[in-house]
Parts: sequence; structure tokens; C-alpha cells
Amino acid sequence: MTPDEWTAIALSLRIAFVAVVVSLPFGIAMAYILARGQFPGKSLLNGLVHLPLVLPPVVTGYVLLLAFGRRGVFGAALADLGIVLSFRWTGAALACAVMGFPLMVRAIRLSFESIDRSMEAAASSLGASPLWTFILVSLPLALPGILAGVILSFARALGEFGATITFVSNIPGETQTIAAAIYSDTQAPDGDAAALRLTLVSIVISLGAVMASDLVQRGIEKRLAANG
Amino acid sequence: MIDADLHRRLPTFELDVAFRNGEGVTALFGRSGSGKSMTIGLIAGLAKPDRGHVRVGGVTLFDSRLHVDLAPHKRRIGLVFQDAHLFPHLSVRRNLLFGRWFAPRAERTVTMDAVVETLGIGHLLTRRPAGLSGGERQRVAIGRALLACPRLLLFDEPFAALDRQRKMEVLPLIERLRDEFRIPMVYVSHSLEEVVRLAGYVVVLEAGKVAAAGDPSTVFAQAEYQADDRRFGRASVLSAVVGEEDVGYGLTALHHPAGTLWLAGPAGHRGGTARIVIQATDVALAIGNPGQTSVRSSLSGTVSGIETDGALAAVDIALTGGGTLTALATRRAVDDLEIKPGSAVLALIKTVALDEGMVHPD
Repeated sequence: MTPDEWTAIALSLRIAFVAVVVSLPFGIAMAYILARGQFPGKSLLNGLVHLPLVLPPVVTGYVLLLAFGRRGVFGAALADLGIVLSFRWTGAALACAVMGFPLMVRAIRLSFESIDRSMEAAASSLGASPLWTFILVSLPLALPGILAGVILSFARALGEFGATITFVSNIPGETQTIAAAIYSDTQAPDGDAAALRLTLVSIVISLGAVMASDLVQRGIEKRLAANG
Repeated sequence: MIDADLHRRLPTFELDVAFRNGEGVTALFGRSGSGKSMTIGLIAGLAKPDRGHVRVGGVTLFDSRLHVDLAPHKRRIGLVFQDAHLFPHLSVRRNLLFGRWFAPRAERTVTMDAVVETLGIGHLLTRRPAGLSGGERQRVAIGRALLACPRLLLFDEPFAALDRQRKMEVLPLIERLRDEFRIPMVYVSHSLEEVVRLAGYVVVLEAGKVAAAGDPSTVFAQAEYQADDRRFGRASVLSAVVGEEDVGYGLTALHHPAGTLWLAGPAGHRGGTARIVIQATDVALAIGNPGQTSVRSSLSGTVSGIETDGALAAVDIALTGGGTLTALATRRAVDDLEIKPGSAVLALIKTVALDEGMVHPD
């Protein structure tokens, strides 16, 4: 494997990791609002969250470019604060986070919805405020869904290509992830071997992640088995 | 001390319930759909009454006129449901201590040791709820509610899911809680047996209204609200003093001013008061000396009323020394014996019918 390939692998993992970690609190909050909230415009909010799932990734990438590019509405404001996203790996993380967000929210929301509400009523009868009830009861009970959401979003981030390349291009060492590197290799006349190597790496990482999550998930479900 | 006055109107149901009671256990008794669980929910703050008030131990938890409406977690009312709702991700110990955090330091009067000892759950502390039996879960749930040092404990049919034997194990614990921890309790049940055993005050609900309220012996003597419920049939509740045991035959005497009843098996400590349920179908009537019969328990009294329904007649007997007993007989037997209001009768109660399994049918 060439140093450039190693760089692409490391970059992919870093981007996916940052994308998941940064979007997780928002994902949990959004999932809880959608699971428990009753407010006008809920279905519109739900639709907006799911949009990246149904739009062509190029469109999402382009919208991000418009909004977070140097001259974009948010991009200009962030640039004043010294945060530049376009054509940087941080921008790739943002693209991955946005693309993975619907999957993350969906999994966590299902988990919140499956919690027996009387479990929360029991906590409040014991004196726990809504916030404490959320932290001590709802959140731990939603752990299997949160884990599933994290894995799905991580997998999506590793595989993300369209939105990323549109928003932050394909710069080796900065925004060239595994997927982008494979794409470049397939465009080069002698890139077949390199493409194959990265393809295998990509399969190993994804399979490993899914299997590890399955293992952890089973452990959690065993501990939560049988409703108290 | 609990003082509740609750009104709530739903599209298909209207609740209009008021009661107050001092120390001890207040039972809410009635069929499913009578509004028991709704009453509990309104007291606990899970739903909001249209108007009324809830006061516990001098603290106003809700008052529509004063615009007081404490959030459920600020009411400090312990709930024990039919399902224990233990937190599956926490050990039994951490379940028990969950509410302790949130109780003000000065009010943490209930200690872990006392609860663990009273409920007999010391061996379960390191386990997880998933591995517990139904009875164990209920005991932990009760302990958890107690350790939050609540102003009031609400039990909503806590043992409906337990089989009879488990129930027999847990009921005495509630009696101990009542006597040891001195926390007022409201106990919802449709089991006559549980109500009779535990409650000092019973509120009978029917279609969202209070049909009767008072001392269980008095309330259940007026058996009319049970008449169309095959679950209990007609039954009477009497108080009697536990007397001597006939160890050889395994019998215990229960003394009532109107006579002595023989119970198969033990009935608590001697000199104490036992409340017993007697099914109307287990009572036969005699005028004068019945002669040779196998029945060894009899109570004397005067007929206070007769209600006929087809071939059957329910005869209410005002017992010597207080209490009312209902006997079920055929209308012909009543006519043959010329039983009329005012007749002096002897109520024969089959001894076998008084063993515990049949005294308190579920």
C-alpha cells in the first residue's frame, strides 16, 4: 500500500469519526423531539431531516456548498470566526454528518418510541425531574438504538462520496477519502490494483464495524432483557 | 392524611370522586372501568382534573381554585403498579436507591436497612430485574417507592398479576409497611380479600362516582353493589376476635358476639381482630335449634330484610352485637320457615367454607 492510500484510510476514519461524534447530540435531541413532541410542523421537520436520504447526494453537496462555501450564508460567518469548511476535511465531516443524520435519527427515534412510558412515569413518581428522567432512564434504555444509529451513520460516512466530492472536492491528503481515492484510481490508466486494495480495506472496515456493533448490541439487549 | 376532590369529564366517562381519610390504608374498590385507576392518575399528577383539589399531609398538590398544580416529580407520591416497572438497566440496589437522591435530605426518614429487612430482599441487591420472579419484582418496586420517602404511597392493583400463593406472601408485607412506616397509602383493588385485609377505610367506586365509603365491615355489609358481579357473589364481611386453637383438629375459634366460628388453620395472634369474608351461598338458615348437623359455626341474629330474585332470596341478618350477614336461600325455603323481617334466626356457616382458600375467593 502506498503512503497516499494510508492517508486516505486514516482520513476516512477520522472524517467518519468526527462526523458521528459531532452529530450524535443533535441526533439524540432530534430523535427525542420527533418521538415525544406534539407540535405543529412536526411532519415538516421530519421531512427535512429525511431529505438527505432521498435527494441525490450531489444536490445535498451543492446546497452545502451554497450555504457553507466561502461566500455562503453560514460559510462567510464561520470564516469570520476562523472556521473554514469548504475544501477542508472538516467540510467532508459536515457532509458525512448531514448524509448520515436521517439514518441516525431514525434508529434512535424508534428506540425512544419503544420505551414503556410508564417507566418514565415511575422515575418521575420517585422524584426525578424530566431532565433527570431523560438522563437516568430514557437515554440508557435507548442505548441499543443509539448504538445502531451510530453504526449506520458511521457506515454512511465511510461510504459517502457524492455530497463530499461536490462540497469539498477530491484533494489528496485533505479531502480524499477511501471512496474518492478509489474513484481517482479507477480514472487512472494503471489504478486497478490500487482500487482493488482500497476496496478490500473498505470491506474489512465496514464488516468489522457492523459485526462489532452487533456484538455490543446483543450484550446490551441481554442486560435489558425482560421488562422490569 | 389524604383529602381528594376530583372532577374530570372525558368524552365517554365522567369522574366525580371525593374522599378523605386519616392514617393508614384507604382502599379504592370497584369493578374495572369504575374510575379507580383514573383517580390514582389524577392524584399522582399523571393527568389533570378539570377541578377539585388533592391534599396530602397538609400539603396542597393540586387545587384548581388556588391554581396549584405540582409537577408529578414534585408531588413525591410513590406509585406501585401491576407491572413493577423496575429499571432494567440498573441493579436491584440502584433501583432501590433511585428515588433517594431526589428526596430532600431532611425527609429521608426511611432507611435502606429497614426496607431491605422488612421486604426480605437482601439477597437480591446485586441482581438485575430481568432475573427476578414476579413476587420479587413487586417487593423491589415497593421498596423503591418507600425509599423515595413519599408523602403517600399509591398501589394500583399491585398483585393482580401474581398467583394466589405469591399474593399470600406479599400481602403481609403491605400490612407490615402500613404498621411500621406510617406512610399513608391508597390501595386500588377489585379484590375484596385484599381490601378487607389491608384497609381501614374503603371507598367504593361505581361508574366514576362514590357509591359508598367507610369502614370495610360496614360498607361490605351493604352488599347491593356486588349483586351483579359474579366475581364475588354476595358476601359479608365480619370482624371477630381470634380465640383458642384446637391443635388436634387444626381449627381456630373466631369469637363474634353472635356466636363462634371455626376456621380451618391459623388466624393470626390470639386476642387480635380478624376480618373474614363469608359468601352468602355458604350460609344456611335455621329457626330454633337445628338439631344434629355437621355445621359447627353458627351466628344468631334477626332478619333485617329479604330481597327476592326469581327462585332465590337474599336474607340480610342483623347479628347479635352488630354486623350484617347475608344468606342466600330459595324463596320456597324462606316461605316454608316463615322467615320475615324481625324473625329470630340462626345462621349456620359451614366450617369447611371458612378455611382460608374459600373465605377469600379471588
